Amino acid sequence: MKTLVAMSGGVDSSVAAALMVEAGHEVIGATLKLWQGPNGEAPSAGCCTVSDAEDARRVAAQLDIPYYVFDYTDDFRSGVVDPFVESYMSGQTPNPCVECNRTVKFSRLLDQAGALGCDLLVTGHYAQVREDPAGWKLLRGVDPGKDQSYVLYMLGQSELARVRFPIGAMTKTETRSVAARCGLRTATKKESQDICFVGVGDYRSFLDSQTEKARATGPIVDHDGTYLGDHDGVSGFTVGQRKGLGVSVGEARYVTSIDSGSATVVLGRHEDLLASGARLESVSWVRNQPPSPGRVEVKIRYNSPPVPAVLEPDGPACIVWFEDRQPSVAPGQAGVIYRGDEVLGGGTIVRALH
Amino acid sequence: MEPFAWNSFGNSSGSHGTARRAKNALEEARERAAELLGARPHEIVFTSGGTEADNLAVAGAALAGDGRGGVVASAVEHEAILESARFVERLGCPVTIVGVDQWGLVDPDAISAAVDGRTAVVSVMTANNETGVIEPIAKLADAARAANPAVAVHTDAVQAFISEEVTVDLLRVDMLSLAAHKFGGPRGVGLLYVRDGVRLEPVLHGGGQELGRRSGTHNVMGAVGMATAMEATVADRVRFRETVANAREDFEARIKETFADIQINAPRDARLVQHTHVRIPDVRNETALVKFDQVGIAASAASACQSGAATVSHVLTAMGMPPDHARQCLRFSFGWPTEVEDGASAAALVVKALEGFR
Repeated sequence: MKTLVAMSGGVDSSVAAALMVEAGHEVIGATLKLWQGPNGEAPSAGCCTVSDAEDARRVAAQLDIPYYVFDYTDDFRSGVVDPFVESYMSGQTPNPCVECNRTVKFSRLLDQAGALGCDLLVTGHYAQVREDPAGWKLLRGVDPGKDQSYVLYMLGQSELARVRFPIGAMTKTETRSVAARCGLRTATKKESQDICFVGVGDYRSFLDSQTEKARATGPIVDHDGTYLGDHDGVSGFTVGQRKGLGVSVGEARYVTSIDSGSATVVLGRHEDLLASGARLESVSWVRNQPPSPGRVEVKIRYNSPPVPAVLEPDGPACIVWFEDRQPSVAPGQAGVIYRGDEVLGGGTIVRALH
Repeated sequence: MEPFAWNSFGNSSGSHGTARRAKNALEEARERAAELLGARPHEIVFTSGGTEADNLAVAGAALAGDGRGGVVASAVEHEAILESARFVERLGCPVTIVGVDQWGLVDPDAISAAVDGRTAVVSVMTANNETGVIEPIAKLADAARAANPAVAVHTDAVQAFISEEVTVDLLRVDMLSLAAHKFGGPRGVGLLYVRDGVRLEPVLHGGGQELGRRSGTHNVMGAVGMATAMEATVADRVRFRETVANAREDFEARIKETFADIQINAPRDARLVQHTHVRIPDVRNETALVKFDQVGIAASAASACQSGAATVSHVLTAMGMPPDHARQCLRFSFGWPTEVEDGASAAALVVKALEGFR
């Protein structure tokens, strides 16, 4: 089949492309240009650097497939970066990778694949697409340490019919050994962990550069309203944060909420962070319709495992009630609902329920 | 140029026999290049290409003397000019970017309004590398000098040289950039014509080659190749113009037959014969380019950035085109091996590539 492979220049997408070529598909490689500095310069860190595009180009040349770079900087700015800044500034903790998948990779790029006559779009995500009598389903990646199904929950039937993740059934170690076997230059390349448009880990200075609101100073108050001091900008805080608060009350305090209107950072004890449930909005379901209510597992941030919960539909939204109360349920993060290895869907956490 | 690639390794600045042979070849190349431009040999500075020539013209003129000379450039210049202007602006030189009309043409009155007593250099390209529009350089030069007789007028003639008559007197310029690869010469060599009396601060400092205007060991092979390509180009220009004009007209007529709504983005009476710059409504250029690549047509959109992505062209933006339209524009260019019948075959491939897609 004619296939467009999104190649970031990393080992995962390189191997995805190599596997599609080995399987005999007609493959086109493409790198997305998503972000640039104020003078059009490419980022120096993250996954969209010039040297990454060059790695992708060289791998494509080695695989003897056509290779292109598509400029989605406008879509990325309006669909990912602006909402990221806005969400952060309203006291939430956004997940830009989810928004990039939703608004750029599995919409703009998927459309582009179709326009180029490709039947499939392939990426190097660790997740699996399977077909059963009821349609398409999305499963976790086989490697528990690498599973990326969390950032793919927005895929529905029409997307999954056209999307494949060839390395989802492999462990990272296996991916690297395929890369080594194929002699790909990216075989031993190190992972990029940073948010691609923020650069080297410091999103405070990124936010400060994007909006004046990030530098708005305001009060830090304790859970009972006691004034504890001032902070020098809300961009320095996220819900659940314990370190670097700049105030001390003699026992541990965490950020429990941020009121962007008054630039107030509210602190609380660990128990104030614990939530019994979460309300999810902008919900999307993999099977295009809500699953049966009842026992599920829900993952409320990228780096923590799913926890047992009960799913309760609520009109177009839904509520998940945790079996054990959970700390740091951060509005803005994705809440992704699983049953076993299957992703049922998910939404954006709008509120922790106590 | 071949002997200087494989057999003659003399440094043209040395004082032994091999060096002299290299030096002779270099100076002969300089004389040949100068003659074709209507210049004197010592007014030719060989460079590593068009970009370096443009940098030397803009930054060199602005930074000469007190280092605070002004720059006036059109908004549709190549990045080599615009980025050089921004560079000297950061160093404290006043820079004025002059806008263009909907066809990308610069108005002489806008030039005379922008030039003042501090202006050291005015730069407008002979013909635009994206749209192919031909600027009224001689009139613009007169307008610039009317506002400040001491100003140096530069033109980037990189795109125009293959098909337009380019001499420094015809264009009435003080500086002129060329790049050899645009007319069949080797990549990585170019020249800047610098009229006697124009003062330049060098961009490359060092051993003082090129009369102190451009240090660095000479690219003898490149200079010889460039001069040879210039001679061949000038000798072939009339034939090239006629053949390519016919091929291009045929090409455009045929694609318009199938896609009536295609827009040509350059004025009929002032554009290079080898360019077809079009907007194909409803088709993103990056998609069209892949389609064309698949049928074997090498077209281009705006200018390619380092990563190879097609960006919104600053030229089209300056012409007042909205970004979504600019993203539907691309350029076909006809090179020097073009035969008349290539217009028809290229048009057939374009139609095939877009078939069922529009």
